[in-house]
Amino acid sequence: MEPYSLSIKKLLEGLKDKLFSQEEVYSSFLQRVNKYNNKLNIFLTVCDEPYKKDKTKSNKVGGIPIGVKDIFVTKGLRTTAGSKVLENYIPEYSATIVERLLESGASVIGKTNLDAWAHGASGENSDFGPTKNPWNTQYVPGGSSSGSAAAVAAQMCPAALATDTGGSIRFPSSFCNIVGIKPTYGRCSRYGVIAMASSLDSPGVMAKTVEDCELVFNLIAGTDEYDGTTVTFEPRPVPRKIRVGIPKEYFSEGINNEVRLQVEEAIRIISSIPNVDVVGEVSLPHTEYAVATYYIIVPSEISSNLARYDGIRYGHDRSFFGDEAKRRIMLGTYALSAGYYDAYYKKAMKVRTLIKQDFEKVFEKVDVLVAPVSPTPPFKLGEKVNDPLAMYMCDVLTGPINLAGIPSLALPAGFTKSGLPVGMQFIGPQMGESILFELGKKYQEVTDWHLKKPMII
Amino acid sequence: MNYVPVIGLETHVELKTESKMFCSCSANYFGKAPNTHTCPVCLGLPGALPVPNKKAIEWTILLGLALNCTINKESKFDRKNYFYPDLPKGYQISQYDKPIASGGWLNLKSQNSNLKTTEKKIRITRVHLEEDTGKLLHSNKDTLIDFNRSGVPLVEVVTEPDFDNSTDVKRFLEELHTIIRYLDISDADMEKGSMRMEPNISLRKITNDELRITNKNQKLELPNYKVEVKNINSFNFAKKAIDYELKRQAEILDSGKIPVQETRGYNDKKGITYSQRSKEEAHDYRYFPEPDIPPMEFGNEKLEMINDTLPELPAAKVERYIKKFGIKSSDAVIISRDKIISAYFENVLSKIKSDKAGQTVANAMVNKKISTKLSSDEFAKEIEKLSKPKETNMGMLASSIEKAIESNPKVVADYKSGKTNAIMFLVGQVMREMKGQADAQTVRAELEKKLK
Repeated sequence: MEPYSLSIKKLLEGLKDKLFSQEEVYSSFLQRVNKYNNKLNIFLTVCDEPYKKDKTKSNKVGGIPIGVKDIFVTKGLRTTAGSKVLENYIPEYSATIVERLLESGASVIGKTNLDAWAHGASGENSDFGPTKNPWNTQYVPGGSSSGSAAAVAAQMCPAALATDTGGSIRFPSSFCNIVGIKPTYGRCSRYGVIAMASSLDSPGVMAKTVEDCELVFNLIAGTDEYDGTTVTFEPRPVPRKIRVGIPKEYFSEGINNEVRLQVEEAIRIISSIPNVDVVGEVSLPHTEYAVATYYIIVPSEISSNLARYDGIRYGHDRSFFGDEAKRRIMLGTYALSAGYYDAYYKKAMKVRTLIKQDFEKVFEKVDVLVAPVSPTPPFKLGEKVNDPLAMYMCDVLTGPINLAGIPSLALPAGFTKSGLPVGMQFIGPQMGESILFELGKKYQEVTDWHLKKPMII
Repeated sequence: MNYVPVIGLETHVELKTESKMFCSCSANYFGKAPNTHTCPVCLGLPGALPVPNKKAIEWTILLGLALNCTINKESKFDRKNYFYPDLPKGYQISQYDKPIASGGWLNLKSQNSNLKTTEKKIRITRVHLEEDTGKLLHSNKDTLIDFNRSGVPLVEVVTEPDFDNSTDVKRFLEELHTIIRYLDISDADMEKGSMRMEPNISLRKITNDELRITNKNQKLELPNYKVEVKNINSFNFAKKAIDYELKRQAEILDSGKIPVQETRGYNDKKGITYSQRSKEEAHDYRYFPEPDIPPMEFGNEKLEMINDTLPELPAAKVERYIKKFGIKSSDAVIISRDKIISAYFENVLSKIKSDKAGQTVANAMVNKKISTKLSSDEFAKEIEKLSKPKETNMGMLASSIEKAIESNPKVVADYKSGKTNAIMFLVGQVMREMKGQADAQTVRAELEKKLK
């Protein structure tokens, strides 16, 4: 068995049993990268030599190569955010969670492609060209963490770091048939993550299995003295019996039929798992306002966060911003302007509170919500690229979770007739990641969707 | 035409915390090589995040309390968005609608021409916390940026437009400066630019009706324009800039026009203000809550703890000195301006047995009769020497009196004809002859005997 095809758990066992060395593991993945990167455009920077620390605090994932979304700054290793503005930017420090992985013995194999500044749902907004979906290169892999998702799906690394502001971990996970956790806001440090929308950005992990995803998550989660928004309260314990609810607004008429059928089938399987109780339909009445709310708050914060790329430093001036970044800068600047602030930003913040309260109420009755990730199966490259509004609607089932600041785990739920992946998400209460992982592991014990690999290539 | 000046004041004070406002870089940047006190946070590098300095927040609360403000139990930081090369993030972390402190006041005592003391209350609108910017250095054709100052904690004190003359502004600034030094929260060193002020100035026309209204500022509408003079770093310049502006604006108003609402600079060499930016170019700062910093909440317990650290403030000290030690208010003001000097004063007094020595000690200190470089013990001994009656050499006194009477026959005649005050001249002559080594009372008595 080639190391590249193994899960982290199996790789660690193999390393322990000396079935292969750390060097052999790295070169197995590196060969994979070199073989397919040109075709799939997954890595913007490839580390021919492992990017790692000589001395580490632990060896919990010693020798495991990780892909890192190119929005995490890495000391001495070019970091572009997918934008030509930062085409030649070499950071002088590393993000906290990259640092934590390195201190646990992992190495970085490369920096993965993304929609520039993480603005997008397809990967097509990358200034370095779109990443292709390993399941079918005519299709998008989903965004904005397009490279990280495709890298895990194409077995170029067993796990990857990514960020989720409105669905950027879960959406591509669902399009690429992998697992991705969008943690509770503040559970994983944002220090060193190039900011998109600061009040929503949630760094997290993508992996092949729920088990691997949890393993890496546990290494990176926790408070950080460099991020004042990291949360200090205790994680929720896993209840003896997990109560599952089905939010009706997430199965409305706008949802593609094949997606709906696959997720409904998954719910049927979940209901047969011991100690899991599917209690039935629940309602999140403010869901319909989420996209509008999201596209006020997010561009507002973006317009401020991107102000520092003013041409004085970092090499390139503002003319290097792509259309989507410019669109969001203008939307946000408008929404925050004197005379409009109350009508847009302030109102959006009020609706955000209502959306958050919807979830709080529902989580008094259930522990987990099951829903589709994307309203549609993967779409073709170019299909929505000229229709920003259609692209924004991709966030309809993921954005509300970010507005509420709660965790959500995306995982494979099956395939369409034409063989494209369909993903679902387990949504949990604040600090409830363990509950999601527990249900996910149980689900993956009785299904094998996550074991299916793309016939790339 | 008659006008009343309407003047408000914004003052920026750099706090002397060990580290900067949002990172662990040293805030003590003065005189250091450029860009040596920097890190990803204060350079605004991609991905860096601010973590607020607790000490700076506590000190801002302390200043708020000293200025009689209400401390807002819920406060937050906001982003003030604007472009300037010294602002590395493209926004300044500041406070907008929930400043740490608001609604305070400071009393100014001032003497009018009849030496009558009047008290004026200057309302404090708000006291808030923000970060300082970097510094631009222009050399030849180049502009260089030094980020050492970037992120140094900066407190802004804003007053209501309650001043109607430049002297009061200067006095307010002196009082504020003294309070800040008392609280020990800033060097408040003008030379280093750790205290900078921005007066906003306008003139209101007064009609005959209004002249009858006594409490002018609070009842009348503000003028429909306002001129702000930026970044003044001396109290005297503030006064001069205001006086210049008042004159300039009066001339414009006299000609029937309204001064342009704008931001002006002050040229201290020429003593004039000059236009920098007009209202049309005014910024829309697009304030919104800083998402990187959770909102702050201050509990009663915390506020009481901070309140307990509040020292006796200069105004209270002046009152106490006048009441307890019976010293002149002008001396009390001078002595209490500096915490160390006032402590020395009280130390000296504690070592003197007499409880009426207050004014003597104050005189000796204010007029520098005795050096304050002495230890307080030594100073006290000097004071006791001063107040002991001088021993007089009676033999020398007799010959000195003889000499004075001989050489001033006219004065002697005056005295004898009933102008008793004339004796004081003779006392002076004798004292001079004795080189001050005589007790004035004794001299007078001996003289009177001789001239009987």
